[in-house]
Amino acid sequence: MEQQIVKVKNKKGVRVIPGFGLSMGVTLTMLSCLVLIPLISIFVSASHLNFQEFIEVITSRQVVSGYIVSLSCAFFAAVINAIFGMLLAWVLVRYEFPGKRIMDGMIELPFALPTAVAGISLTFLYSDQGWIGSLFAQAGIKIAYTRVGITIAMVFVGIPFVVRAVQPVLEKLDRQYEEAAMMLGAGRVYTFFRVVLPELFPSLLAGFGLAFARGIGEYGSVVFIAGNIPYKTQIAPLLIMSKLEQFKYSDATAIALVLLLLSFILMFFINSLQIYMQRFHKV
Amino acid sequence: MSKKKQRSYSQDIVGDSIHSIQKVIEPPADTSSRILKYLLIGISILFLFLMLVLPLVVVVVNALRDGFHTYVEAVLDEYSIKALQLTLLATVIAVTVNTIFGVFASYLLSKFYFRGRQFLATLIDIPFSISPVIAGLIFILTFGNVGWMGEFFYEHNIKIVFAAPGVILATIFVTFPFVFRELFPVLNAQGKDEEEAAALMGAKGFTIFRKITFPHIKWALLYGVILCTARAMGEFGAVSVISGHLRGKTNTLPLHVEILYNEFNTTAAFAVSSILVLLAVLILIARNFVEWKKK
Repeated sequence: MEQQIVKVKNKKGVRVIPGFGLSMGVTLTMLSCLVLIPLISIFVSASHLNFQEFIEVITSRQVVSGYIVSLSCAFFAAVINAIFGMLLAWVLVRYEFPGKRIMDGMIELPFALPTAVAGISLTFLYSDQGWIGSLFAQAGIKIAYTRVGITIAMVFVGIPFVVRAVQPVLEKLDRQYEEAAMMLGAGRVYTFFRVVLPELFPSLLAGFGLAFARGIGEYGSVVFIAGNIPYKTQIAPLLIMSKLEQFKYSDATAIALVLLLLSFILMFFINSLQIYMQRFHKV
Repeated sequence: MSKKKQRSYSQDIVGDSIHSIQKVIEPPADTSSRILKYLLIGISILFLFLMLVLPLVVVVVNALRDGFHTYVEAVLDEYSIKALQLTLLATVIAVTVNTIFGVFASYLLSKFYFRGRQFLATLIDIPFSISPVIAGLIFILTFGNVGWMGEFFYEHNIKIVFAAPGVILATIFVTFPFVFRELFPVLNAQGKDEEEAAALMGAKGFTIFRKITFPHIKWALLYGVILCTARAMGEFGAVSVISGHLRGKTNTLPLHVEILYNEFNTTAAFAVSSILVLLAVLILIARNFVEWKKK
C-alpha cells in the first residue's frame, strides 16, 4: 500500500521542493525535546544502577510474577481479539444489515473512551455484585480481581487494532479466488482457511501484535479490575507505579527498562514481519 | 438546499450502481449461508454489546442512580470543574503541539528522500509502543528531584513534576505520533510530483503547502486532530505518575474519577465519568462524520 519514494533528485543533486531545512529542523527539535531526551533519561538513570542490584530487582518473585501476569493476560487478550476482530471485520465487510454503520463507528470506542472510565465501568460490571459478574458468581466463578478480569480489560482496549488492520485488506480481497475454490468443490471452512486466511494473515498478525503491545503496557483500564493482589493480579506497569509511590526510583527504572525492552523486541518483530510480508505483495 | 439535494441524488446513483454490481457478483445465497450470515452478525452484535455498549450503560445508570440532583452536584463540584479545566488545557496544548509536529514531520518524510528516513519514522512511533506508566516515569527521571535536569529547574524555581507542566508534557508525549500517523500515508501516496511542478514554476514554500499539499491532507489532518484529542483527554497512566494527585491543582478528569472511586464515592465517580463518556461519544460522531466526508 505504501508507495516508496523514488530515490531521485534532479540532475544537479539539488532538491526542488523548498522547505527541507525548515521541516527537518522543526521535526528534529520537537522530536528530541519532547521524546528522545526524556526517553534517554531512563537509560541514564539505569546506568547508575548497580548491576547486581538490577538483577536482584528484576528477578524478585513479585516482579517476575508481574511480568508473567502482564504477558500472559496480554497474549490471551490478543488471541481473543484476533478471533473476534477477524469476525467483526468479516461481518462489516461482507454483509449488509441494518445498523452496520453504527456498528462500524462503534469499533473505535475503546480508543475514544478514557481508560480510567472503562476501568471502573468494567470493574463494576464484572464484580460479584455487578450485572455480569453476579451471574458468574452464582456458578462460583470470580471475574473481577482475577486474571480473567485483567484479560477482559485488555480485550476491551485491543478491539480496534485487529478490526482496523484486517478490514481494509478484506475489502480489497478479490472474491474470484473464493468463488473458484467453491466451484472446484472446496467447502466453506476449507475455502476460508486455505484461500482467505493466508491473504489476511499478515494484517491479522500486525493487528495481533499491536493489541498485544497495547495490552502489555495498559494501565488505566486494567488497574481497577486487577485489584492489585501480590503475586496474583499485579501487572508490571502497576509494580512500577507502586515502586514510585514508595519513592524507589531505581527499582521502578529497572522494572521499566525490562518492560521497555520487551515492547521494543515485540515492535521490532512486528515491523520486520511486515517488511517480510510486503515483499510478496509488491508487484 | 438545492445543492444538498443534488449531492444526495448523485450519491444515490453511486450507491445503487455499487449495489447492483455486488448483486451480480454475489452467488445466489442458499439457506445455510444465510444462517451463517445471521449467526456471525449475531455473535458480533453480542460481542460488541457486552464489551462496548454495556460499559457505557453502566456509567450512565450509575451516574444517575442517586437522582439528578446528586449528579449535577458531583459534576459541578469545585474540584471537578478544576480537573475539567486542566484536562482541556492539556488537551489543547498537546493537540496544537502534535499537529504542528505532525504536519512538518509528514511533509519532511514524504517529500524528501534522505538517509535515515526510515529510522526517523520508527523514532516518531516510539511513544505509541511505550507503556503510559513508563512515559510518566521518564519525565520524573528527567525533571524530578532525582532527574539529571532536576537541579537546574529546582534552582530556577520551576516546578514540572507534580505540577501542571508535567501533566501537559506527559500528555504531549503519549499522543505524539497521532497526527503524523494519519498524515504520513496520505502524503506518501500522493507523491511529490505536484509540489515539484509548483516549485519549478516558481511557487514559494508556503504557497506550495497552502495550495497543493494542504488540500490533500485536509480531512486526514482533521481526523488526526480528533484522534489526538480523544487520547489526550483520556490519558491516565502517564498523567497519573507525574501529577502527584494534588486535588484542584494537578488533577485531570480521569484522575479525579480514580480518586472519587477509591474513596468509594462511586456515584460521583460515575457522574464525572459521564462527562468523559459524553466527550468520547461526540468524538466518535465527529470521527465518523470526517470519515464519511473523506469518501
